[in-house]
Amino acid sequence: MPGKLKAKIVAGRHLPVMDRASDLTDAFVEVKFGNTTFKTDVCHKSLNPQWNSEWFKFEVDDEDLQDEPLQITVLDHDTYSANDAIGKVYIDIDPLLCTEAASVISGWFPIYDTIHGIRGEINVLVKVELFNDLNRFRQSSCGVKFFCTTSIPRCYRAAMVHGFVEELVVNEDPEYQWIDRIRTPRASNEARQRLISLMSGELQRKIGLKVLEMGGNAVVGYLQCFDLEGESGLVVRAIGTACTLDKVSSGSAPNTNTHVHPNTAPASNACNSPSKDGKESPLAHGCRSTHNSPVHSVCSSQRLSQNFSVSVPTLIFTGMGSGGSAGKEAGPLKTLLRQHTQTALEQRGASSSGLLLNAREFPFFTLTSFPPGFLVHVGGVVSARSVKLLDRIHNPALGNTRSYKLLDWNSVTADEPETRDAWWEEIRQEIKSHAKALGCHAVVGYSESTSICEEVCILSASGTAAILNPRYMREGCLDIGSTDHRFEDPSPPSCGFCHIPYDELNMPFPAQLTYCYHCRRQKVPDVLFTTIDLPSEAAVTGKGCLIQARLCRLKKKAQGEVNATAISNLLPFMEYELHTQLMNKLKLRNMNALFGLHIQISVGENMLLGLASATGVYLTALPAPGGIQIAGKTPGDLSNEHHILTIQKRINDTIAKNKELYQINPPELTEEGLGSPIPEPRQRSRLFRSHSESSDELSELDLSHGKKDAFVLEIDDTDAVEDIHSLLTDAPPPTGFYSCNTEIMPGIYNWTSGIQMFTSVRVFRLSNANLTNQGLNKIFTDLCENLLKSFYFKLRSMIPCCLCHLNFTVAVPEEELIQVAVTAVAMTFDKDQAQEKPAEKPINKGSSENEEQLQFPLELCADVSSANTQPSSKVSGVPESTNVSSRVSSLERCSPLPEGRSRSLRSSRSFGGSSVTVVKMTPLSFLPGIRIIKYLGIINMFFIRETTSLREEGGVSGFLHSFIAEVFAMVRAHVAALGGNAVVSYSMKECVLMENPNKNQAQCLINVSGDAVICVRETDQEPTASMTNIGQTCCSANDGAT
Amino acid sequence: MAVELDVFVGNTTIMDEEVYQLWLDGYTVNDAVKVRMEGGVLDECEASADVLLSDTMDQYRTFQMCERLLHSPAKLANQLLFQIPPHRQTVLIERYYAFDDAFVREVLGKKLSKGTKKDLDDISAKTGVTLKSCRRQFDNFKRVFKVVEELKGPLVENIRQHFLLSDKLARDYAAIVFFTNNRFETGKRKLQYLTFQDFAFCAGQLINNWTVGAVDNMVEDMDVDLDKEFLQELKELKILITDKDLLDQHKSLVCTALRGKTKAFNEMEANFKNLSRGLVNIAAKLTNTKDVRDFFIDLVEKFIEPCRSDRWTAADMKLYLTHYTNSAHILDTFKHQVVWDRYMGVIKSCIFKMYHD
Repeated sequence: MPGKLKAKIVAGRHLPVMDRASDLTDAFVEVKFGNTTFKTDVCHKSLNPQWNSEWFKFEVDDEDLQDEPLQITVLDHDTYSANDAIGKVYIDIDPLLCTEAASVISGWFPIYDTIHGIRGEINVLVKVELFNDLNRFRQSSCGVKFFCTTSIPRCYRAAMVHGFVEELVVNEDPEYQWIDRIRTPRASNEARQRLISLMSGELQRKIGLKVLEMGGNAVVGYLQCFDLEGESGLVVRAIGTACTLDKVSSGSAPNTNTHVHPNTAPASNACNSPSKDGKESPLAHGCRSTHNSPVHSVCSSQRLSQNFSVSVPTLIFTGMGSGGSAGKEAGPLKTLLRQHTQTALEQRGASSSGLLLNAREFPFFTLTSFPPGFLVHVGGVVSARSVKLLDRIHNPALGNTRSYKLLDWNSVTADEPETRDAWWEEIRQEIKSHAKALGCHAVVGYSESTSICEEVCILSASGTAAILNPRYMREGCLDIGSTDHRFEDPSPPSCGFCHIPYDELNMPFPAQLTYCYHCRRQKVPDVLFTTIDLPSEAAVTGKGCLIQARLCRLKKKAQGEVNATAISNLLPFMEYELHTQLMNKLKLRNMNALFGLHIQISVGENMLLGLASATGVYLTALPAPGGIQIAGKTPGDLSNEHHILTIQKRINDTIAKNKELYQINPPELTEEGLGSPIPEPRQRSRLFRSHSESSDELSELDLSHGKKDAFVLEIDDTDAVEDIHSLLTDAPPPTGFYSCNTEIMPGIYNWTSGIQMFTSVRVFRLSNANLTNQGLNKIFTDLCENLLKSFYFKLRSMIPCCLCHLNFTVAVPEEELIQVAVTAVAMTFDKDQAQEKPAEKPINKGSSENEEQLQFPLELCADVSSANTQPSSKVSGVPESTNVSSRVSSLERCSPLPEGRSRSLRSSRSFGGSSVTVVKMTPLSFLPGIRIIKYLGIINMFFIRETTSLREEGGVSGFLHSFIAEVFAMVRAHVAALGGNAVVSYSMKECVLMENPNKNQAQCLINVSGDAVICVRETDQEPTASMTNIGQTCCSANDGAT
Repeated sequence: MAVELDVFVGNTTIMDEEVYQLWLDGYTVNDAVKVRMEGGVLDECEASADVLLSDTMDQYRTFQMCERLLHSPAKLANQLLFQIPPHRQTVLIERYYAFDDAFVREVLGKKLSKGTKKDLDDISAKTGVTLKSCRRQFDNFKRVFKVVEELKGPLVENIRQHFLLSDKLARDYAAIVFFTNNRFETGKRKLQYLTFQDFAFCAGQLINNWTVGAVDNMVEDMDVDLDKEFLQELKELKILITDKDLLDQHKSLVCTALRGKTKAFNEMEANFKNLSRGLVNIAAKLTNTKDVRDFFIDLVEKFIEPCRSDRWTAADMKLYLTHYTNSAHILDTFKHQVVWDRYMGVIKSCIFKMYHD
């Protein structure tokens, strides 16, 4: 009996009128956890009921605590007929299972109904008491912290980075079961919401177990996704990076609790049972590893130029559906099943070594930004895609009687995860081999995604091949071979990561190497593509900008294997074209590197959509990009010649304009540069050449682009002309605006505190006229461009401002629809100091930068002595900004005020007494000018909303608008109830909209996640005395490092 | 080829005050886009008409979703759906409850019934305020009226608390509620020259001096209904005109005081009895609901119009009324000083306010 969950229902407010006769409601509440249900009394005839219930106690296994949500249902009592449901609240109690996170959940939660949306609010108190658990075979992993943030969370330091963890669970989708034909939509939606909540709880617990086995205590960069595979089921999968994190202060058991929930604080101590500490627990045994299933086929791969690996997708059929012969159908599954039982047996007793191997097997990291010194070299982007045919779940245990059972993990679909796991294993192997080919032993900024249309599924994975400093890693985690010698010659941090990791004599792809323009000692490529954020220590010239490549490809409608083959044939061409577009646009902006590259390929019935987004920058260490030269195919034609000249002129003008716009004035290669010893004469000549050109650029901007190894675009047909036109149609953001898809904009360092997070969704209906690829491209490009323009317009009051972390998601929900969803944050900055360069004045940089440096762990592993002197010495100048300070109570907003108060507040028209906590949300890992003092746990929520009165709700736009607003509200309410006042690393993973206007119906699914935090303004003083300790130890840590 | 769906939702709800005003004024989305384009917002931001349309639609949707909350503004502060900074909430509410003087003049004192609502299109045509806006304003009046009707305590304060309005706006609403409750006639042609603010001022005077609340401040309807006892007592004032001696004495006192101080002295002297009869008769009749309704029209007909035709200036008026009121105190047989002051105090300030072109 390792845990006791206690819940108390306090009150409700703003309830809907359920009884038309009296215009009132007789509400009561059911509280359910697992199979136990409690009820409150009925509160008659009130829209603002006060239940003030007793504490309902559930005695449960901690395993269940991790998997199950607390379910609160508000109902209207009806004497004569069945009680009507008003709505539900699901509370994830995982944050209560961590000592360091929240200790009580208390606050107003929106009561949510999948048909009516939010219907009033309910005030709930939840606590957990955990008992010591000495069971060596435990299945729970309470105490492991999860972070969506893809960097080491502020106020923690990483003692050790263990490596890649992944897991997936599969179940039948309740939506696709026979019972749905007789169930109400509400029941069906709720079943689905509950199932997904359970599955993600289980998934998190399983990942936690793996982390414990590896000896870690946290997962950073936790990325969880749903695959709604339709008839073949529902997959929930997650990846992350296991770490051992230490809180930056020892005495930080924060008594902020007393601040946040004054009325409940005394009980919070009850949660501090020792069993929650992950590190103390023995390694768990008997865990089922899913990694030993055989790889079905070997994938061939082919590389394109510019450090960009693309796999030719391979097709694997795990069964042929009903049409195939019985033998064929059962074949692979049987072997899988056998394999599974064997490995499960083998795993018992030896799991820890097996897992270590696993981490070594896939040296992947979901992090996108790193402590200084962690990243040694970056090779380039590696990606792999594969097309699969989804198949109906073959389940011997279930047979044909598809009885409706929510969860029976052991019998249902026991073999299913194996298939999906094998698919991902294959892709990961491919990524790993790509990284190897680039001379790298690790992949950073790693992510996985899928796109599903009917029974076809594209699996994609991508990351950045890199060499990491092994000091930060657990021994044996990385496969460090002959590359070791590189560590002996530490490169300057501002350019080291650009230096090539591969052997220049045996290059994996054709690239032009030059000596680093910064240190002149090592070779750098001419262009660098990565999926990570720009390292904070990197030297950058000018500002960055968002660069997008957009592509549509028509495809014939087909079924099954034919369809899959057609798609896999198209993929390499799409990758190639996207890549070419990116390259052209990069050159057009006179930049030489891409960060945060994310390529999404979405499949629809009759088309494929490709969208690549990245942030372009000019890395000082890399050579200046050549221009773009236009060449005609038929040189004789005079009019053609003229045409080419005009285009060339336009391109050159654009480049010149962009240079000015992004303030790219690369430092002159000075005499000093020339004078420095350059070992190889061959290289010297190259350098001379490029130097002479860059000095030309000052006087004759236009000409210079035409010269050197310029990128030649050949105009041989109308397509090419179209391409060039589309190249030139990308409008730059209006004055005062910048945009990027990385965390922060390279080249802007002085953020002010204004932020506005937003989500925008657009769906475009194509006319059914015969569209060409070009026509589609144009439409798609316009759609994205117009969206950006809309953002600029809406946010014009924030100028000067930058749209950060612009995350575009495209989908083809129906045959003639294109859906684009964007989540981003607009942040204001101080224009006057925008030009400041970080490399020169690290101390005077803006608050965010300061903070970033401060919060990064100064010593990643026990001995920090040699490798890391440069970055840490850089930090040593900063500590005066740590605001060591006395006392203030800035948290008065956090305490929920009693409901009646707003009425009694006679003179306070100022709304000062509002009981709603302001919760900031951002997709970034930090808030400018604001310091995170505590992480409260992960927010991972899934909602379904359905309507049968679409017109009355304002059409699809009205429907989705209110749904998104409701989702925001529910996220904010949960964060506030945990005692938090902000969400960082927020993202909307899924937004699936289905509509049927003829039937006046629509349905939408949204999945969001993020990290709930407590933060204080940088200028504010620390809220508690204990927090002062943090500041001090933080300072002393700094001192120690220097 | 068309945008099927287009939404933009901010964590902090984005609201453009200009668009909000257009929405309140009842412009359709397309008309609002036109107005905004003419306003030159596009030139500032290098945007196209599509962008403007999309933005306007978004904002209109947001306002529509907020409207439900604006109906009970206290909810806006503790609802969870929209995160709106407090100062912006104040603006939203204040603007939502703001009204056009032209419109309110039309319905002031009328019963806020379905029948009146049906006539809104005529009012809309007459005032140039869009029908949509008329409906919002009408519904606002009705909502405020219904809520405060059954509350104890001071009217203005109740309105301010329940609808979180500014002091000024709360006072205006109090006037509307008061006029509606007493059904004062304001629509007659002779009253057309009076603005809403004139009436609002008078309402304030009446509320503060003539209602039950003026004496006892914890009664239901205290500020909405006139003090019955007081109205009864007003009958006693009749003695001022029925008693011949008293009337003459009063006249001579006033004339002595006024002599040489104004050019209109002759007219004042000539009209004294008429004017005094007019004012005292108004007082004496106020026990009849019908005569309460005609209070303002009586004031105009019996007092303001005669004075105006004699070309009194505002200063003359002030002078006359001051002495008229004060002289009554010197009359030794006149015993109703308290009632007289309570009556004349209001009458005086109302007439001052109403005496203009």
